Parts: sequence; structure tokens; C-alpha cells
Amino acid sequence: MMFVAFALFPIAATFGAEAYLIDLFRRIMIFAIAALALDLLVGYGALVSFGHAAFIGIGAYAVGILAASNVSDMIISLPLAIGAAALFAYLTGTICLRTRGVYFIMITLAFGQMAYFFAGSLAPYGGDDGLTLAMRSTLLGFAPFKHDLLFYYIVLGCLVGCYWLCRALVISRFGRVFRGARENPTRMAALGFDVFRYQLTAYTISGALGGLAGFLLANATDFVSPAYMSWHRSGELIVMIILGGIGNLNGAIVGTVAFLLLGEWLSDLTENWEMIFGPLLVVIILLARGGLLGLAAQMAAWYRRENILSVGDFIAAVGRYLRQLARRTIKSTLQTSRSRSRG
Amino acid sequence: MVEPVLRLEALHKSFGGLMVTRDVTVELAADELHAIIGPNGAGKTTLINQISGLIAPDSGRIVFGGRDVTALPAPERAALGLARSFQITSILPAFSVLENVALAVQARSGSSFRFFGRASSEEALNKPAMAALDEVGLADRADVIAGRLAHGEKRALELAIALAMEPKLLLLDEPMAGAGREESQRLITVLSRLKGRFPMLLVEHDMTAVFALADRISVLIYGQILTSGTPEEVRADPRVIAAYLGDEME
Repeated sequence: MMFVAFALFPIAATFGAEAYLIDLFRRIMIFAIAALALDLLVGYGALVSFGHAAFIGIGAYAVGILAASNVSDMIISLPLAIGAAALFAYLTGTICLRTRGVYFIMITLAFGQMAYFFAGSLAPYGGDDGLTLAMRSTLLGFAPFKHDLLFYYIVLGCLVGCYWLCRALVISRFGRVFRGARENPTRMAALGFDVFRYQLTAYTISGALGGLAGFLLANATDFVSPAYMSWHRSGELIVMIILGGIGNLNGAIVGTVAFLLLGEWLSDLTENWEMIFGPLLVVIILLARGGLLGLAAQMAAWYRRENILSVGDFIAAVGRYLRQLARRTIKSTLQTSRSRSRG
Repeated sequence: MVEPVLRLEALHKSFGGLMVTRDVTVELAADELHAIIGPNGAGKTTLINQISGLIAPDSGRIVFGGRDVTALPAPERAALGLARSFQITSILPAFSVLENVALAVQARSGSSFRFFGRASSEEALNKPAMAALDEVGLADRADVIAGRLAHGEKRALELAIALAMEPKLLLLDEPMAGAGREESQRLITVLSRLKGRFPMLLVEHDMTAVFALADRISVLIYGQILTSGTPEEVRADPRVIAAYLGDEME
């Protein structure tokens, strides 16, 4: 359903003639790919990677560096972008996955920052300032990314592909072992599974998908910079999946859409939009256990319980809820004051 | 003489200055149910952990199926057919009961590096899993989330998981721990039905269970084997009565 909405969106946008919206949604879908990759680790393996932006950055830099050397055919650059990110994931994963919990978070963060500073020191490729893409990737002389709408649908295709891949992984034999490792690693070892190998494989796949996102991002922005890899970006990705609902692939996409649209909208309203954005995120995350999807499920259950069919029903139900809340608050206040006066 | 399934040769293990396993030598014959009893802190669980490979002994050898496995990590020992249940229930609480067992079947049937296909609808995994659940009397609870089972049912699930691994040797670490009288009676029935199908090494506090099930009993005290023998021999051994059984015999 979400994908249909994405697919239909450009048609709606052409009526409104807002070309920048297509740009925005393309960006959203690219980050949704990265968020899916991260949710695979966080949601299904309890591996909270705080360095996921590094994979995006590596994918993007692969495109940028190749373009600077006049290699723009994606037959070369796409496998290289994905391969480099996967290799980085594999190498760092062999170290990171020896640790658990907070240590895992810290060490993935450290590797992420390492990649960030490394990119910043690449003087021939712009250093801290980044590097403008000489040209977008081509395919055997053909330039699919030149045409905005075609590019949009390619990104959508990638997103659908990644979603399908992640879904298949999670329910497969492999995914079952991977999810089991989150639940009880000791039991898994006693069953004969070498948990580390499964986690490393998942980590590498996740890194590869991050690399794909980076490849698309570089082409979408015509620009690569170390900022793509900063820990802010990694943090944003985590916020996106928490916002949407962790451990649910739909949640990763919903969270990305909500996060980026909210940011976009607020930054239109005021310059200091982050001052509103931060508290708003806190409120949503506090109120909605299980993210926006969890909230939607709670709302649906409430609708069913209250038997809401019309706007009138809705207002009445909200009224009931508020009255109940007020009664409860007054009661507890009275109780506290009574016990205080007694004491 | 037939080669024993499991042979522990002069195992030693200490944690700091504390000797928890001293010079333990035990042999387990092919269709035997061998029980290890002993007071709290005698080193029973430590011994099981060494056999299953969760901790390494300081010295001595563990020979399983004629092969020296002393240096082998736990997953590889499990792959050889060494299954165990845990004293503290060790299941996957968010998985369904059936999935818990199907995962054990999966561990011994082909590679788990398969990225496509829905694992939960693989008949080749579900059917043996259902059979194992049937044997411990949990078949009707197959779709329940494992974390919601009653304590005794969790113990039975542990057993089903171990069964589904088609073990060549089953290590049972206090399967009755925390189970009520009725539940342990049920588990005893299940275990006695399984007896003879494969060798079992049972560590247990419940003396009713031990004397009802065991072919042979070894008594472990302060990490050391005090004596080994048939239940009758052990029951009559004055040293055992003095050291351990005394209270219960009175």
C-alpha cells in the first residue's frame, strides 16, 4: 500500500507542478532503504549499530571517486559501491560482533567516526568540503538518472526490492536463527548454531544495502561529503526506525517518511525548527510505544472498542476519555492531599 | 566390551582457589541413564557445562563417541549429537512453542544459510517438531508463545527441544527444577518412556526421580566422585548416607 502511494505520488505532484517534492520523496525513499537495512539489525537482531551512516558514505564516495576518475558507468560503480560498503561491514563486523550491548553501540560508533574522519582527510577528493559529482552514473552510455521521473521510479524499485529482500531474510531459515540469537544466544549455541557467523552475515548484508543507499544518494544530490557519514546521520537513522516502530519493516519506512517530512515542514515554518523538532520527537516516542505503527494499532483498537463510526462518535469518545482522565486525576490528587493532611 | 558413549577422564577444574571438579572419571554406556547426585555446590552443573562445552576443564579428557572433544566448542559438540537441557529454563520466549522445537530440528537438518523460503511453513521441520512435542505432551500448546507457558510446561519444552536434536547423548541439568509434584511426576513418566532410546546423563535433586529412573548413580561431593553404582548399591553405601542421603533417609 505504501509503495502504491509512493508510485502514484509523482502524478499528483505534476498537477501541483512541485518538482522539488519529487526530489524530496526520492530522498525519503533513499533514506528508507538505509533505515530498512538498519532495522534488520536493530529490530531483528538487537544489534544497535550506531555507525550505519558510514555505509551510506562509503557507497556515495565510491560513486564520487570513480566519477572524479571519469568512470561513471554503473556497471562498475554500483557493484563497487555496494561491495566496498559490504567489505567495510564485514571487516568491522568481525570486531564489533565480539561485543554486546552498549559496547557494540560504542564500537560501531567508533568505526563510523573513523570512516568520517578518513573521508574528511581525502584531500584530492575535497576533504572536509566534499566533492561535486562530475556526472551522474550512466548505464552503458545511457543516462537513466538524467530523467528525474525515471530516477524516481528506479529508487522506488530499489526500495521495493530491499523491502522484499529484508522480509524474505527475516522469515527464512537464516532469519529464524538470527532472531533466535537475539532471544537467547546460549540456547542457540547449545543447539549447534555458531551465532557469530549468522550475525556477521546479517551485518554484511545490512552494510551492502547501506552502500546501495549511498550510491543513490550521491546521484540524487550530485555531491558527496563526509557529512554523509557523521554520527548525526547514524543517530537520525536510529530515530527514524524508533519513530516508525522497531522490528517492523513497514515501521522503518513510515518512520523515515515521518521524520523527513516533519523536518522539512518545520524548517519551512521557522528557522529554529530543531527547537520544535526535538521535543516533538520526544513526545511522539513517549506517547507511542512501538512507534507510529504501534500508535496506529492502539488507535484502531480504541476505535473498535468505542465503536466509532462517525465524526460525532469520535468527539463523544474523546469527551468520554477526557472525562475519565479528569476524574482519575482529581481522585489521585485528592488521595495525595488527604494522605498528606493525615501525615 | 562396547565403547562407552561418554568417557570423562580425570577432569579437573578450579575457579580461582576453589576446586569444583577434581579427578572426575565417569563412563556412560550406550543405553544407560546415569544420574549424578550431590548436595548443592558439589559441582554438578559445572560438570555438565564442561561436557557440553560451555566451560573448558583445566585438565583431563572428554571422549564422546570415541572422539576426543575436550577442545571442541559447544556448537560443534551439539552438532555431533550432544544435546542438553538447562537448569534455568533456556528457551526462546518470543518464539512459538513449535518454532522453538523446529529450530532444533533445523539445527541438524541441512544448512541454515538459506535466505529465501518461509521457514515456519517447512513441513520437513514442523513434522519432527510436532512429534517431539507430542512425546512430552505439549502438542496442543504448539502455537502458544513460549514465554507464556506455565513453568512445568517450559520444562517439558526444554525436553522437547533436546529430543528434536535427535541426540546421541542427552544431558539433563535438573529437568525437575522448580516443577510442582504433579508436573515432576509427568516429567518422570516422559523420561522413563525415553529411557533406552538414547543414553542420558541426569543431574537432579529430586531423589524420587533419580531412584525411579537411573540405571546407575554417581555421587558427587566437593567436586569429587564419592562412589558410583546401581541405585541399590548407592542407597546402601554408608558413606553416601553419611554425606548426603542421611537426612532424607530418616
